[in-house]
Amino acid sequence: MAFLDFSGLSKSYPGVRALSDVGFSVPAGHVHGLMGENGAGKSTLIRILSGDTRADEGAIRIDGVEQRSSSARDAFDAGVVVVHQELQLVPDLSVAENLSLGRFPRRMGIVDFRALYAAVGRTLAEIGVDIDPRAKVASLSIGERQMVEIAKAVMIDARVIALDEPTSSLSSRESEILFRLIGRLREAGKIILYVSHRLDEIFRLCDGCTVLRDGQLAAHHPTMEGVTRETLVSEMVGREISDIWGWRPRQAGAVRLSVEGIAGTRVPEPQSFQARAGEILGFFGLVGAGRSELMRLVYGADPAAAGTVRIDGETLSPVTPRRAICAGLVLCPEDRKADGIVQGRSVAENIAISSRRHHSPMGLVRPSREAETADRFIASLRIRTPSRRQDIVNLSGGNQQKVILARWLSEPDVKVLIVDEPTRGIDVGAKAEIYEILYALAEKGIAVVVVSSELPEVIGICDRVLVMCERRIAAEFARGDLSEAALLAAALPDQATPRFAQKA
Amino acid sequence: MTATIKRILLGEQGLLVLFVLAFAVVSLTVPNFLTERNILGLLQSVVTIGIVACTMMFCLASRDFDLSVGSIVAFAGMVAVMVSNETGSIPLGLLAALLAGTLVGFVNGVVIAKLRINALITTLATMQIVRGLALIASDGRAVGINDPAFYSLALSRFFGVPTPVWIMAILFAIFAFVLNRTVFGRNTLAIGGNPEASRLAGVDVDWGRIGIFALQGLVCAVAGILLASRITSGQPNAATGLELSVISACVLGGVSLAGGRATMSGVIVGVLILGIAENVMNLLNIQAFYQYVVRGLILLFAVLLDTLRSRALGRR
Repeated sequence: MAFLDFSGLSKSYPGVRALSDVGFSVPAGHVHGLMGENGAGKSTLIRILSGDTRADEGAIRIDGVEQRSSSARDAFDAGVVVVHQELQLVPDLSVAENLSLGRFPRRMGIVDFRALYAAVGRTLAEIGVDIDPRAKVASLSIGERQMVEIAKAVMIDARVIALDEPTSSLSSRESEILFRLIGRLREAGKIILYVSHRLDEIFRLCDGCTVLRDGQLAAHHPTMEGVTRETLVSEMVGREISDIWGWRPRQAGAVRLSVEGIAGTRVPEPQSFQARAGEILGFFGLVGAGRSELMRLVYGADPAAAGTVRIDGETLSPVTPRRAICAGLVLCPEDRKADGIVQGRSVAENIAISSRRHHSPMGLVRPSREAETADRFIASLRIRTPSRRQDIVNLSGGNQQKVILARWLSEPDVKVLIVDEPTRGIDVGAKAEIYEILYALAEKGIAVVVVSSELPEVIGICDRVLVMCERRIAAEFARGDLSEAALLAAALPDQATPRFAQKA
Repeated sequence: MTATIKRILLGEQGLLVLFVLAFAVVSLTVPNFLTERNILGLLQSVVTIGIVACTMMFCLASRDFDLSVGSIVAFAGMVAVMVSNETGSIPLGLLAALLAGTLVGFVNGVVIAKLRINALITTLATMQIVRGLALIASDGRAVGINDPAFYSLALSRFFGVPTPVWIMAILFAIFAFVLNRTVFGRNTLAIGGNPEASRLAGVDVDWGRIGIFALQGLVCAVAGILLASRITSGQPNAATGLELSVISACVLGGVSLAGGRATMSGVIVGVLILGIAENVMNLLNIQAFYQYVVRGLILLFAVLLDTLRSRALGRR
């Protein structure tokens, strides 16, 4: 019986004890959940497993054999494959080429493409993934790329497969396919380490789970018997959280944001909606429904071909991010890393980047004032950072999100705040804090627009929800009518009768 | 022991420590190095590189690149000399040169930021166009300065230090201030760190980049005027290869080619290292051919140091 065993793993980085004396084991044919808040040590554990870094103390054993991987290649050869959040595929090569990079079947020194496609096609069929081996990776959706990564693990006959937040960028349909695939791998006797923040997935998929907190083992459940959501959450945060949404009734006021007939290349049909002072308006939809694209048009991040955007009755035209900010319309983007944070710059700098134009006479910045602002937000939003001078890339996702919120909160007069995926990749404790910030803003009379793919979140925090489907606003729900079933039904495209046809 | 050395070398001030050490060693071992005459000569020899490095630092910090600086220096020098000779007015000549330099930089900026053409290609093109213009204007020959007041510009001294060295020092101070204490400077670093995030945070990225290139043109014109004054003529072939020396100095000084990281103190150290290396080799009568090899090795070493440092910082 094969098994994966961690014993006494410790790892320190300058100033941080990332892991201390963590040990547990997982038998073959098990899906084992690995949970914990950001910074709890999950990533460090995975990095040690994948040979990306070495433990200071302790060992990893597979079938009782100690692993001494000092590179990803070593780990790979030992049968350990880690599927990261950021996928590691070459976009311009075909699926088959990606799957056998470095191990191409050859005939007289020339790549035998026929054999290559056949072999890869077989593997994909075996694991029930319907992807053409000849397709370029660039043409695949993120979900499909993830399947390809997992197929890679199957091709090399890996014994241990670690999946790091695999569903964070998948639509529900793609997640379903992934879950089925994980089921097959379990039957094949693989050991699967499943890192996720999503409790429902853990309960659905895992045979057991381990919770890390502050680099230590907080709990190890060899089976899921008797384990409840509440136990896991309290083990993760070390305190009881009864209701992480904490929704409370609010009074919606006058219309602050009014969007009429806006359209662009990625939102072909004109869309209109309004958001009121003091309300949290949710935008739900499956991945690819066009929510982020619509928000980018409203904010002027992408040019709009038609339509008007009004803030408190005043028309912005044409909208550019600069004009939007000056009018009090701000956006926390979906992709924090690409569009949100400025890498290599400090926390203070990332906060001040926009609002400094108000207090920089003749273009001269005032460092003392910016430092003061930064310290104020670090304290009030509880941004966990050693200092305001820390490079923002070293902060966890939740804290980066808070820095971007602080960037907009330091603007003197925000009227509309759009937050795209406010808690993607953020742990439970920080989520509750971010919701609390959004509530406080709504109560101050700001119109808050939340875009989210997480149903429980949308239902948990929003006062009103618009559902998008196939790049159109398809339905509207008041808080009283919110239910997972209703929202999902509205978000799923109706394939038998295309909506375009219905309308015409 | 080795850990301490490693920490110092890979720390924020690693290059400065090396520089001070190298300076001390050279002062003690190379005869005639640490004399007033030699040090002033050394400083004068790095004036062109030093001045242009001020704005090249901004250019690199915003993830851009400018290969046209050498040509602009030569072109601006030509314009200064020819307009002065034609009109008989030196101020008019200098003004024309400053305008010409700024205009070329502005065109670079507009093409790069608005037409979205790669900076390397754009400035490779303007580098040749502007050099061509300088050659056409002068028919390929050097143009002598008529009014001696023009070349006294480079010969004059304040408190025993040549004017061009003062101008370089003042520009160092100005651009250190601009980088650290103005919205323009902070935005430059932000654009280099993440252009898209900066744009979405309300930074006017396009005009920021245009401003940087225009400023680069202006500063190149200053360097061109001083150079023309020192060599008492406008030379269409002056300052060839300057762009590479300037970029070397910046990289030596820890400016990241990936953008977002730059300090004036680093750039000054970079400029001085290049100057000292050349000066020492001259003092030791090392053949000029070897100097290329040494300069290349110094650059490689500096980049290696920088990579090791980023790696040490990145591994968290």
